[in-house]
Order: sequence, then structure tokens, then C-alpha cells
Amino acid sequence: MSVLIYTENWDGKFKKLSFELISYGSKIAEMLNTKAIALSTGNVDDDELKKLGNYGASGILSVNSNNLNVLDNRTFVKVISDIAVKENAKVVLLANNNTGKALAPGLSVRLKAGVGAGVSKLPVSLDPFTVFKRVFSGNAYARVVLNTDIRIITLAQNSFDLTETDNNASINKLDPGVDGSVVATQVKETRKQEGKLLLTDAEIVVSGGRGMKSPDNWGPLTELADLLGGATACSRPVSDEGWRPHEEHTGQTGKIIAPNLYIAIGISGATQHLAGVSSSKYIVAVNSDKDAPIFEAAQYGIVGDAMKVLPKLVEAAKNTRGK
Amino acid sequence: MKILVCISNVPDTTTKVKFVENNTKLDTNGIQWVINPWDELSLTRALELKDDSSTGITSVTVAHVGEASSEPTIRKALAIGADNAIRVNGEPVDAYYVAAQLSEAVKNENFDIILCGIESSDHNGSTVGGMISEFLDIASVSAVSSLSIENGEAVISREIDGGKEILTVPVPFVAVVQKGIAKEPRIAAMRGIMMARSKPVKVVEPIAVDPLTSVEAFEMPETRAACKFIDPATAGDLIDILQNEAKVI
Ligand SMILES: Cc1cc2nc3c(=O)[nH]c(=O)nc-3n(C[C@H](O)[C@H](O)[C@H](O)COP(=O)(O)OP(=O)(O)OC[C@H]3O[C@@H](n4cnc5c(N)ncnc54)[C@H](O)[C@@H]3O)c2cc1C
Repeated sequence: MSVLIYTENWDGKFKKLSFELISYGSKIAEMLNTKAIALSTGNVDDDELKKLGNYGASGILSVNSNNLNVLDNRTFVKVISDIAVKENAKVVLLANNNTGKALAPGLSVRLKAGVGAGVSKLPVSLDPFTVFKRVFSGNAYARVVLNTDIRIITLAQNSFDLTETDNNASINKLDPGVDGSVVATQVKETRKQEGKLLLTDAEIVVSGGRGMKSPDNWGPLTELADLLGGATACSRPVSDEGWRPHEEHTGQTGKIIAPNLYIAIGISGATQHLAGVSSSKYIVAVNSDKDAPIFEAAQYGIVGDAMKVLPKLVEAAKNTRGK
Repeated sequence: MKILVCISNVPDTTTKVKFVENNTKLDTNGIQWVINPWDELSLTRALELKDDSSTGITSVTVAHVGEASSEPTIRKALAIGADNAIRVNGEPVDAYYVAAQLSEAVKNENFDIILCGIESSDHNGSTVGGMISEFLDIASVSAVSSLSIENGEAVISREIDGGKEILTVPVPFVAVVQKGIAKEPRIAAMRGIMMARSKPVKVVEPIAVDPLTSVEAFEMPETRAACKFIDPATAGDLIDILQNEAKVI
């Protein structure tokens, strides 16, 4: 028996997200009295692979093949499901990000395993196997029973704390023998923004809405984000208007994030916007309208003009950073 | 080429959901049902592709798993411009059930492109599209933010962490779409609404499928503590509070 954890890498490196998955997966393995196995695909060196052992993985499986260089959903699904069967996995764990969402459904069909998607806590019960997940875009949660022998969980990013453990992991390399002719996806071009903190990875996010009035006003907002070591985000109308890039759009139809701190400036707090940010640990709002719904979701608020408040926040942040 | 758009009907996105029967069922009283926002955008993109004769797209079909009560959602999709519809007459109990029913209903229809939304705004599962690909034994691409047909070939952009990939994939395939696939959802015009009445809706009975998951109970989110207001004149105090009280910076 085992808990199999799929860990994605980015150009050969893991991210905090990978370690969150291992921390979470090892806890489930402990609950089930079994071992946590981390599965990595592609080219990752031993030093990097070893890091997975710091969070409780007892076995590390590294699978490499030229046919796994590009994410072809069905090829990956076949490789992972074969390993899940071989390792007698009772739980298969993935991140609830683009890759996890691409692979979990195929695994579900191949393994006849129920999926708990976007789970944010440890299972609430093992028998029946019940997970806790967000539904209705964050307007509610549900306890969902996965009525199958194997279960698949996709874990919401930034919802589980890292737990470091002694590292006793052994690394095993495997050539999965993928048949290249089944790879359907042909990537022609990759466009990456280098060196920018990704919104989904950020622990602090400063976000602007239509109340920012003009794209020319973003200077102090980005400065505040930089000073706090955070990323910038925006509401949908702001990205629709082309004031800010689409990658920054948060909400129901944009990115769903759960930073430790979300600072909303000139954002009204429509349900569809909150759908993307309501899992943030702290929400702070700056809005000129004291009745704006964002204040119902916020723990701290300032009623005032964004253009007057922002410079004060920047000033104060500079002072603290200066210390 | 033929496109299939899978549609789910969901409560209007502004709905304050409530639950009944010991929090096991959604209280459907007063709920306004709409086409799932992603599916509306998929449908819009499918119709845009069909409007452009160079793509060779000849028809756009919508498919839905739901009981007769969801017929208005299907009619709305037809009014927006879909040519015809398939409804599997079953209660959509879980994603696996829905995907199995849709796959069964369309397996002999030879659709070239099947579009599904990245998630439905009710169960937020992100699973139906990928499951259909596995059931039908065809390729799938997820996180699709644009789809075009160039020289008879599907060209897709797929979102990846911090960027995107431009890729091609041979038909037939399932594309799981997200933001960017279409700009604004297309709205039904009067003429479309009239025409929708006579467009064909094929109703098929569900096959026997055991769902893999079930909802035990719903819960409302924890209510947050009341907002603490800081005087705008001394707005800078916020930074101190975030550092020393909330300890998040
Ligand atoms: C299907 C659907 C999906 C949607 N998905 C999303 C989504 O993913 N994300 C999203 O954000 N929206 C989404 N929306 C749109 C959403 O309903 C709101 O329209 C949107 O969030 C409002 O953006 P806003 O808060 O920036 O603008 P507004 O609602 O215009 O609010 C601007 C706010 O700024 C304040 N303000 C004005 N001037 C100042 C000033 N000088 N200083 C400080 N404050 C000021 C105002 O009091 C107001 O509260 C969706 C809508 C639908 C129908």
C-alpha cells in the first residue's frame, strides 16, 4: 500500500507547492499507516530529488524519458496510473494547478478512482474516505465521500503548511518505456515571463480594481507590492480594459489564489471577484465607499481615496523595510 | 469538422447559496440557472470558428446531462447559435457519471473537437473534460486559452505556470478551456430565440453508471471577524498592524 504524490518540476527545480504536496501526502500516509512515495517526471538531478525526502517522502521515484518532455495528458496519465497500480497506491495526490487539473481526470477513469478536487484540509474521515473541498466557487464547502478503493486528491495551493522531517528517502530511477507514437501534443513554441513572481505562488498580493481610475495610477501599487515582496493582481474589468495583463485577473473566471495577505485597492468585492480570493488568510481593503461589499470579506479596512492612501502605505512600508 | 460543446447549468454566479435536507441538498428555490460561464465562452468560440468558412467547421452541437428541468439552458444555447443539442436524461450526480454519459451519447457521432470548461461553477471539479478524453480514447489538452484552425489544423495556446505554450494536436481531441478562449459571451438575439424553438434536441436515456463520489454534506464558510477600520489620515499604521498584529509581512 502507498500514497503516491505526483511532484511537478519547473526546469528541473521543485517549488514550495511540491513540498506542500509531500507534507500533505505524508500526513495521509501516516493516517493510513503506510508510506508516501514521491513521483517525479523529467530531468531532475539527485540533489533536487533528495529535497522531497525532507518533507516525509520515504521513496522517491524519478521517471525520465524523452517522451515526457512535453505535457501530453494521456501519456502522463498512462505512466502515472501504471506506477500507481504497481505501488498499490490507495491515494494519488496532485496539485490543483494546471498540470494537476490536466491529469487527475484521466487518472480517475483509468484507476476508477473518485476525485476530490481543490481540497484544502486533511481528509475529515478515512472510512468512508471523506474530503473537504470548496464548492460554489468558495460560497460554500462540501464534505465529499470518495467511494472507491483508490482515491485521487488535488490539493489547493498554499493551503497546507510544510512539515520538515528526517530524510530517509531512497531514490529509484525508472524508464517507463513510453511509446512515442502515442504522444499527440506537439509544442511549437513556449513563451515564458522570466524572473517574475507568479501570482499563484505569491504569499502577499496587492490588487487593484476599477477604483484605481487609470492604468497610469499603478505606480504606487506595484511599488507597495515590491516593497512587501509580493505580486500584483487585478479585478476582471481592469484586465478586460487592458489596464493590466490578463495573468493578473483574479476571481471566478481568472486565477484562484490563497495568499497569506491580499490587499484589495479600489475593488468593490463582487461575489465573482471574492470567488478567487476568499481563501486568503488576511484580506485588507482600501475603498472610498464605506458600504463596499469588500469590507464584509476584509479583516482590515481603510475608507479613503486610493490615490491618497497608497502613498502613505508605500511610505510606511519603506520605513519598515529600512529597519 | 464538427464541434461539440459540453454545457452544464449552474446557479447564476451572484447566487447566495443555501442548503436544505440537513445541508445535503442545494436549496433551488429562487435560483436563476445559467449556462456555466466557461461553457458559454466555449460555445462562443465554437460559433466564431464556424462563422469563419476557412476553418471548415460545419456544425456546433451542445450536449448536456440533466433532467427535463434543464431544457431552458439548452434552448438558450440553441438561441445563442448552436445547431442542435443532445440531452442525456439523467441527474448529474458526479463528474464521473456526467463524463461517462456524455461519452456514451457521442461516441458514434464523430465529433472532431469537444470543448469543455475548466470547471463548473457549482462543484468546481475541473474533471469532466479530461474524463471524456479517457473514455473516448482521444487526446486532450487542458488550460486552453485560445483555439484556432489554421490550414485544417487545430492550433492551441495552453497556459502554463508563468507563460504559455503554442501547440498543435490532431483531431479528434478534447480541449478544456479557460480565460481567453473568447472575449465576451455571445448573447442570443431575437431571431436566434425564435429559431431555437425548432432546432433539434435529441434526448437519450442514461446508461447504468455508478458515480465514484457523493456529497455527504455542505457547509457554509466560516464567517470572518468584523472588519477593523484604520483612520485614512494615518493609513501607514496598517503596515505596522500587518507586521505586528496579523504577522503576515
Ligand atoms: C460570469 C461572471 C464572471 C465574473 N468573473 C469575475 C472575476 O473572475 N473577477 C472579477 O474581478 N470580476 C468578475 N466578474 C465581474 C464582477 O461582477 C465585478 O463587475 C467586478 O469584480 C468589479 O470590478 P471592480 O471591483 O474593479 O470594479 P467596480 O465594481 O467598479 O468597483 C470599483 C470600486 O472602487 C471604489 N472606488 C472608486 N473610486 C475609488 C477611489 N478613488 N479610491 C478607492 N476606491 C475607489 C468604488 O467604491 C468601488 O467599490 C464576473 C462577472 C460575471 C457575470
